[in-house]
Amino acid sequence: MRVTFSANGKPVEADDVWEGESLLYVLRERVGLPGSKNACEQGECGSCTVYLDGVPVCSCLVAAGQVQGREVRTVEGLGGEDGELGLVQQAFVDAGAVQCGFCTPGLLVQTDALLASDPQPSDTDIREALSGNLCRCTGYEKIMDAVRLASARTCSAEVRK
Amino acid sequence: MTSRTIQGQKNLQKINQASKDGIGGSPLRPDGALKVRGEFAYSSDMWHEDMLWGTALRSPHPRANILGVDVSEALKVPGVYAVLTHEDIPGEKYYGLEIADQPALAIDKVRYHGEAIALVAADHPETARRAVKKIKVEYEVLTPITTEEQCLDPETHGYVHEPHEYKSHAYGNVCHEQKLVSGLGVTDEVRALADVIVSGEYEVGMQDQAFLGPESGLAVPAEDGGVDLYIATQWLHVDRQQMAPVLDLPLEKVRLTLAGVGGAFGGREDLSMQIHACLLALHTGKPVKIVYARDESFFGHVHRHPARMRYEHGATRDGKLVFADCRIVLDGGAYASASPAVVGNAASLGHGPYVIPNVRMHAIALYSNNPSCGAMRGFGAVQAAFGYESQMDRLAEALGMDPVELRQLNAVTQGDFMPTGQEIDAPAPVAELLQRVKDMPLPPPLDLEHPDVRTLPGALSNTSHGEGIVRGVGYSVGIKNVGFSEGFDDYSTARVRLEVIGGEPVAMVHTAMAEVGQGGVTVHAQIARTELGVEQVTIHPANTEVGSAGSTSASRQTYMTGGAVKLAAEAVRHELLERGRHRYGWTQTDLSLVGGKVVSASAGVLISMVDLLGDDAVEQTREHHHRPTVPFDKETGQGFGHVQYTFCANRAVVDVDVELGLVKVVELTAVQDVGKALNPLSVVGQIQGGCTQALGLAVMEEIVVKDGKVRNASFTDYLIPTILDTPPIPVQILELPDPNAPYGLRGVGEAPTVSATPSIVAAIRQATGKALTRIPVRPEHLTDTL
Repeated sequence: MRVTFSANGKPVEADDVWEGESLLYVLRERVGLPGSKNACEQGECGSCTVYLDGVPVCSCLVAAGQVQGREVRTVEGLGGEDGELGLVQQAFVDAGAVQCGFCTPGLLVQTDALLASDPQPSDTDIREALSGNLCRCTGYEKIMDAVRLASARTCSAEVRK
Repeated sequence: MTSRTIQGQKNLQKINQASKDGIGGSPLRPDGALKVRGEFAYSSDMWHEDMLWGTALRSPHPRANILGVDVSEALKVPGVYAVLTHEDIPGEKYYGLEIADQPALAIDKVRYHGEAIALVAADHPETARRAVKKIKVEYEVLTPITTEEQCLDPETHGYVHEPHEYKSHAYGNVCHEQKLVSGLGVTDEVRALADVIVSGEYEVGMQDQAFLGPESGLAVPAEDGGVDLYIATQWLHVDRQQMAPVLDLPLEKVRLTLAGVGGAFGGREDLSMQIHACLLALHTGKPVKIVYARDESFFGHVHRHPARMRYEHGATRDGKLVFADCRIVLDGGAYASASPAVVGNAASLGHGPYVIPNVRMHAIALYSNNPSCGAMRGFGAVQAAFGYESQMDRLAEALGMDPVELRQLNAVTQGDFMPTGQEIDAPAPVAELLQRVKDMPLPPPLDLEHPDVRTLPGALSNTSHGEGIVRGVGYSVGIKNVGFSEGFDDYSTARVRLEVIGGEPVAMVHTAMAEVGQGGVTVHAQIARTELGVEQVTIHPANTEVGSAGSTSASRQTYMTGGAVKLAAEAVRHELLERGRHRYGWTQTDLSLVGGKVVSASAGVLISMVDLLGDDAVEQTREHHHRPTVPFDKETGQGFGHVQYTFCANRAVVDVDVELGLVKVVELTAVQDVGKALNPLSVVGQIQGGCTQALGLAVMEEIVVKDGKVRNASFTDYLIPTILDTPPIPVQILELPDPNAPYGLRGVGEAPTVSATPSIVAAIRQATGKALTRIPVRPEHLTDTL
């Protein structure tokens, strides 16, 4: 089948899609967006998290046909328009929250969604919001630092406005 | 003093500062931006036009004879390009990390659940999976050999490998054995010297590395008949060494390039899909990509050895250890993998960082029909630490002593001797680590009035609002070796090149080091900056075009390959300065490279590196060998076997719902001596990550194996700590330099994984009063349901 949808603001089209393929597979193997990651492919690890019509979802659990005509935003779409790193991306780099980096794309999308709904989450709020995203390298402490840093930068950017 | 010299000294003050991004700083990862953009190319992201997808047929039985394999129906599936069995292997049929005992594809029998039997290449991964289901295998299913008792009685239960098949073994189904005796050993006379004797039997479950990036890679057949493999691994050269004979190719025609690695933790030390992808690529003449799904990943790599341990410790009334008697049985599963090294570690480190005058140790690894076990972070030392630290708490209780004071009273320090007879000839601040971790502030007590349920045991399951919750605190310390031991020369190679690019001196560092997330690439750039006085450093992709870097394991890469980068950079500096001396007749002996300039401490700036280099590059390659070690004597365990020791101490604070048996680790504190923190941010990250894997082993992680079959090969059923399960992990680092190591550094990755687990179990014991002799601790161990 053919699937057409919007990925990071651009129309994309995938041909010869087998009905059993996931959104994750189509993103990674058919439309050149391998940033979303394939760690468990059963919705447990969050590495494949993308926005689907503005809502974070595990793209491994979304059948490709379900995204027909819808809007997808992936880690590749989190950067600034000028090619700079986005605020959450920069915070993860600065805080040392990236080791192997395989969990990072999903965590970035989930953190972006958290801060959009709550720019100043408590530590426990952060842990609850990110509890569906597994990381095996960091012990999560630097990820906590990164989210706090992104939160602080978000708030100071708001103040400047 | 001439005005020129004064000016020179002023200049010197300005520039004579090492780069803040040199060693000791915390510059950001060179691959960080790519990783957060989603543009870093992991092994599963590899793509090639016209590539095929490979997959394997795996055995549903842990032990069976294969009576026949019929691939004809699979070959008829449209889109299938090849179906291969062991008969299609052109070269050697067996490979292995230390012992070549594993067939690349099963030959006439399978020895573990999930063993690969046949391979399919097809134009779509689903086509390949469907074709695999069409392969007909006729099995004669046999009763698996799975328990210690069965393994040790081959007359009754049979052999995992028939005796004539063994490539190397001790006896029966024993893959490797190491004994150790020191002092007077353990005799009735020695026992009589102790006022108090405590004994215990302990068990450790099978832990999985559970790296997030699945085994994957892309094999591309080359015009010269060879193959190029883009792969996530821990050691490119040892992969190639095992692959080439099976592919029947000379080494130089098997070219490996490191693709992005999504974590490793020991699980990528052995081959997984490397040979399979190359066999399919060479057979079809097309590029072949293999990406394991998570369930296949659980079958596709080795795990941490489960262990059964028996310990007996004797002490005087005032707490001085008199003897330790230990037996450690490790289940190595179907194939040897790293079992011999794991046994060596367990035997030589299995009494802990304590001075014990009389020791007897017996450690073995078994062959069984359980999943193969090999390397995982801290191997051999992790299992033993649960045993000896449990014993220390038991002994403290029997003596009525404080458990930290008992440990400090018996702690090793520099100048002491290990039971192997090896002197600890570098700082060993075990007592100080314990004191520091004890002195760290405790977290506030549980708020029973207004608890946030998310922070309680059970968390979002909303199982308690504070009722039935008891807090406990536990301590532990551990010891690990750094680098490969027992006579192994695991050298590392580095090539460093210095040239002018865009008007600036730029260093290029080329090694075959597998960057698996640990930050070796960051550290290599820091070393080059410090040694060459440049800011710009390029890290060349890791491949087999440069000499071996050894394995990214055993906490060794910063020590070994970092050391090689240091040697190569020093050689580049030496050559550059010689060039200057020759050209300009410099006579000063106090020259250094700082801030892009050649600087004399007495005469100031002599020349810029840009001018000195001109159009010429300076390039040097160096190997770094650690000091030699020797194998342990088979019977006595004596020998200078280890390169370096490393120590970490932990304190765990837990809340336990004693009615439901649920545990919440509230805080896990670590204090570790790192010798010299080349990159403090990364060092702390390693310690926190290591502690978290230890937390997983303490309370949740286990591959459940029943009658040789894996029951939980998924992230739904094999649980690793989430961010809600993981507490704050305050870390304090000590920097007591090791005079034998580059910059005085100590490998950091494994020590916290060794030491943290027992502290958590100790804290749960304090909260519950339960003996807890098995990890992971499960709810049924904490309630009276067992």
